[in-house]
Amino acid sequence: MTHEGPRGAALAAEGRLPPERVALVDLLDRLLAGGVTVNGDVVLSIADIDLVQISLRLLIMSVRESGPAGRETRHGREIWHGPP
Amino acid sequence: MPDTGTYVYAIIRDADAPDPAGLTGVADTPVRTVADAGLVAYVSTVPLDRFGEEPLRRSLEDLDWVGETARAHHRVVEAVAGTAPTAPVRLVTVYSGDEQVRELLRDRREDFTALLSQVAGRSEWGVKAYARRETAPPPGEESAGTAGAAGSDSPGIAYLKRRRASLRGREDAWRVAAGQAEHVHTALAAVSVASRRHRAQDPSLSGREEAMVLNGAYLVDDDRGGEFAAVVDSLRGQGADIELTGPWAPYSFTALDLGTADAGGVR
Repeated sequence: MTHEGPRGAALAAEGRLPPERVALVDLLDRLLAGGVTVNGDVVLSIADIDLVQISLRLLIMSVRESGPAGRETRHGREIWHGPP
Repeated sequence: MPDTGTYVYAIIRDADAPDPAGLTGVADTPVRTVADAGLVAYVSTVPLDRFGEEPLRRSLEDLDWVGETARAHHRVVEAVAGTAPTAPVRLVTVYSGDEQVRELLRDRREDFTALLSQVAGRSEWGVKAYARRETAPPPGEESAGTAGAAGSDSPGIAYLKRRRASLRGREDAWRVAAGQAEHVHTALAAVSVASRRHRAQDPSLSGREEAMVLNGAYLVDDDRGGEFAAVVDSLRGQGADIELTGPWAPYSFTALDLGTADAGGVR
């Protein structure tokens, strides 16, 4: 493989925040907010918030090592003001 | 059925498109472009035994997989967004092939073009605000019933009053926190072109003990960035406990629903 495409590397270097330094949870807020979709010929759509919520629940469970968080979670839902 | 799909990261205008050579996407796949209708999609070819519906169902339960995939997706979006107005696509948007992506670009050309001009010259900033643990009840409200006679009560009565005040204090604290969140959000929205509130993060995710009361995203004109930062500073000066993240690619403001607009969309 030749290295004639330095623009690609330059492009990769231009990312403003190094991706490793972005908190995963902040990233997932943005990347999963609307659900996960799979499109195709016969558009498959696993989409859906349910699946994402399951994943996030697992994520929460695997991250959480101490302390209950139910109340705060409920509170979190209460102040959800995003578009439907 | 083919055994590969086309994974889409982001869409930009053809004229702005930087060369994707050297960029690596999800599952270590090389990133390339698919162009049509004056637009360019950054994509990679992914194996459907890992990115098909069933495998994804399982993978999305796997935190390591989600983390890795999200970071790889983000890396590509960031690289592109650093050079041109960009519409990031949601995590794990997989088409059955390049032709379906071209079709998307043709069918949704107007939507994408409008979206791209809305985000041009603007960046997304994230603002998270936390409740103060020792939030004081609002002055005035509390003094009405209890404070006046505090000195003359018997110990039992005083205890009950304290107990009642403490319960009310907790409710007040939440009300105050919600009020603070509203205040912060309103102030920031006033210097933004668009705003959106994400779900508040659970303390186990935010890494903070205090409850998050605001998880906002704000789309800000690049030449008003200083003004936005000044508002954040002044809110902090007023005692708000705020974390600022960004600039982000405009993730929170480019969520076109690619699924429903497709004729064959199944939801």
